[in-house]
Amino acid sequence: MNFDIALLLAQDGLTNGAIYALLALALVLVFAVTRIIFVPQGEFVAYGALTLASLQLGRMPGTAYLLLIAGAAVALVDVVVALRERRPGRIAATLGWNVALPVALFFLARWAAPQQPPLWAQVALSLALVVPLGPMLYRLAFQPLANASVLVLLIVSVAVHFLMVGLGLLFFGAEGSRTPAFSDARFEAGAMTVSGQSLFVIGASLALIVALYLFFERTIYGKALRATAVNRLGARLVGISTTLAGKLTFTLAALIGAASGILVAPITTIYYDSGFLIGLKGFVGAIIGGLVSYPLAALGALIVGLLESFSSFWASAFKEVIVFTLIIPVLLWRSLHTHHVEEEEDE
Amino acid sequence: MSRAAMLVAAVVAALAVAPLALPEFYVTILNYIGLYSIVALGLVLLTGVGGLTSFGQAAFVGLGAYTTAYLTTAYAWSPWLTLVVGLLLTAALALFLGFIMLRLSGHYLPLGTIAWGISIYYLFGNLEWLGGQTGLTGIPPITVFGHALDTGREYFYLIWLLVLAALASIQNLLDSRPGRAIRSLRGGGLMAEAFGVNTANMKIVIFLYAALLACVSGWLYAHLLRFVNPTPFSLTFGIEYLFMVVVGGAGYVWGAVVGAAVLTMLREWLSDVLPKLVGQAGEFEIIVLGILLVLLLQRARGGVMGFLARFFPVTARAKAPADAAALPLREKPKTGDVLLQVKAATKQFGGLTAVNKIGFSLEAGEILGLIGPNGAGKSTTFNLVTGVLPLTQGEIVFRGTRIDGLPSREIVKRGVARTFQHVHLRPQMTVLENVAIGAHLRGQKGVLPALLRMERAEEGRLLFEAKKQLERVGLAEHLYEPAGSLALGQQRILEIARALAADPVLLLLDEPAAGLRYKEKQQLADLLRRLKGEGVSVLLVEHDMDFVMNLVDRVVVMVFGEKIAEGLPREVQADPAVVEAYLGGVE
Repeated sequence: MNFDIALLLAQDGLTNGAIYALLALALVLVFAVTRIIFVPQGEFVAYGALTLASLQLGRMPGTAYLLLIAGAAVALVDVVVALRERRPGRIAATLGWNVALPVALFFLARWAAPQQPPLWAQVALSLALVVPLGPMLYRLAFQPLANASVLVLLIVSVAVHFLMVGLGLLFFGAEGSRTPAFSDARFEAGAMTVSGQSLFVIGASLALIVALYLFFERTIYGKALRATAVNRLGARLVGISTTLAGKLTFTLAALIGAASGILVAPITTIYYDSGFLIGLKGFVGAIIGGLVSYPLAALGALIVGLLESFSSFWASAFKEVIVFTLIIPVLLWRSLHTHHVEEEEDE
Repeated sequence: MSRAAMLVAAVVAALAVAPLALPEFYVTILNYIGLYSIVALGLVLLTGVGGLTSFGQAAFVGLGAYTTAYLTTAYAWSPWLTLVVGLLLTAALALFLGFIMLRLSGHYLPLGTIAWGISIYYLFGNLEWLGGQTGLTGIPPITVFGHALDTGREYFYLIWLLVLAALASIQNLLDSRPGRAIRSLRGGGLMAEAFGVNTANMKIVIFLYAALLACVSGWLYAHLLRFVNPTPFSLTFGIEYLFMVVVGGAGYVWGAVVGAAVLTMLREWLSDVLPKLVGQAGEFEIIVLGILLVLLLQRARGGVMGFLARFFPVTARAKAPADAAALPLREKPKTGDVLLQVKAATKQFGGLTAVNKIGFSLEAGEILGLIGPNGAGKSTTFNLVTGVLPLTQGEIVFRGTRIDGLPSREIVKRGVARTFQHVHLRPQMTVLENVAIGAHLRGQKGVLPALLRMERAEEGRLLFEAKKQLERVGLAEHLYEPAGSLALGQQRILEIARALAADPVLLLLDEPAAGLRYKEKQQLADLLRRLKGEGVSVLLVEHDMDFVMNLVDRVVVMVFGEKIAEGLPREVQADPAVVEAYLGGVE
């Protein structure tokens, strides 16, 4: 390997690593606020990428249909609960968010898709179609289990992963898609050629991270989520609803997932089931951060990206083996350095 | 014969005639159900009972399958020999992974298992000498006494013999001394450690056994299909094994077989129906399975067996024998010997000094009360003596040897048994079994004899001892009720019986009267007085003044982490410092 190749691999690694870092942050966020180990994070990546790919081909994305169905399911559950609890006032809100909004987005997509609008509009529409699935998912799968143990939530999470992969196949089909690069520009920086695409991905990731930082530092909702992460019961006692925190967290996770998907779509071909491995690489990064530290998780994800890129050069066939085996020394290190007290488990 | 036992007998009889009566297709399905059941049985032990979740069992199945596939095709080894090799390899890997992951808190294990599940899958698919994605073909059949088992119908008997053997072994294990320790893991391990269970080792043992069962299933799979490729050992299958356990009912041994059967048949049916419904080929059954599982976990966490158990009540398996040889007793100290000395014990949490240079001693045969208002540091002191928390400074000496710095399970070995302020019982286990956990250290038989049911004599002595202690404290009528069904006062007394079952020199009671009604308090005080009459030494931490003052020989009073008084109850009650601490001073 010469220096040029090393630079090229590093650039690749950092580009992928930036995406894994976004996912790792989302995973740490979801775990901190809801105690859910969010395995289906990767499916949002695939949904985001495939939705954009459909729009670029001028086709109606499958997500628009899925959103209608998921919204109807949420509305049904909410209405039944509202009637049973004799609080009919809630019905209007749930119909608005879960029926009216998906229907509006559906017709917007049907009108916009054939016209092949500019890229930014396609991206915005893709996000608008995928992100509402996050809170809907929370409502249907996780909200009834808000007090369950971490392990029960994890099994539900894996079940949801299965479900979303299956739905991905149903609504997007089995063939993969790759979107054109956001930028074909190339910059010469000394001996190195930097592609505009890489800069775009890294820049967009950084922008998202800064936006998240501002959200958590400056807004009342961000602070509410942080409070919930520190102490769920305490947050509830000061009036922060666990349900609201959960839905908000899932909205953010879906946003980060879909955005990552849109960023990764020009780099690699995405199939309906590609999200899982991408999401898991975010997990490896998050685990390096112990599922609690945001900066360590991001750093871990960058390491995963670099390791993946360099191992694809030396031992391409064993790329995945190397990346996922990384977790063993990490866990070994953590097991030697952490003294843990087992949580009391409910039954 | 109970209804449950009759059902089991009927199932076994049906299995015996199934290959003779059913068409080939159904025999094949039953063979697969058997293979999956063996893996799921290991997961029932690991997840359902032990509370440890693994998504990586398919990797161990693959290890068993590939070991035999490679060695029988490349070197023509006998399948029976490759089974041994496979088990050894699996054991080595499981011990290595278990050692790393089981020390970490709950959710790292499942995440770690996902990662290695993927690693091993890609390893199988990319190693040239394992045939890459195409795999290995031409695996010979298994021969038994020179007869090759090369039809599905014959193979059926081998598979289901092993399923039933695995099932019986796990039922045997759960109904034994190590089994009770395993069933205590879910409570967080604090209680099990307090009675001498090495919970870390127990976790590794069940992880190892689950991995070995998975390996056996893989070995069977390779010789049934006679070829292997990486697909059935992917993470997806690892996840499905766990789903089987959840569907069947994670806490039930038979749930493994029921879950494997339900999921296999459902999958078979759905993969037939759904593509026609949707109009394209693909694995659409995972949509239905995903929804089904989410609903199951939301609505009926006991799975199918949880539902069936209502109609086929299972009677408690562990019964105390009418008579058994008594367990050997510890050598007891003479009345008046110094048992426990706490010397200038200090505990700081960060900048907060919870306990500051506390010192007192306790003699054999006395009841010493440690009292003080809320937040005085009583429970912290208790945790220092029982080894739950490490000391910042000072010494704790028990019968002449230092015990500070030792873990709880070493302290109980020396004859210090405790109860808990918030009761730590296994609510589903019977009262008798809960008390038998206390006698854990008085038996020696480990997992292997338990699996083979070769520890019945010792087991009888342990259960008899538990029964004796329950009679001693007056709970003899409740032996076979679930501990969770007792009232709080009875649960507290159960905890005392459990501590007594450890044959302690010193009994430590952490606020035994908290939350009890007046009548219950009186009964508890009567019991403690009777135990004192029998020569038991007690350190009692309590803040109920009346309860303590009428019971103890001497009192140590703590306020804000410091000892402010010590002496006879009457003296202490007259001490102005104590009065001020409890009632507030005159401003």
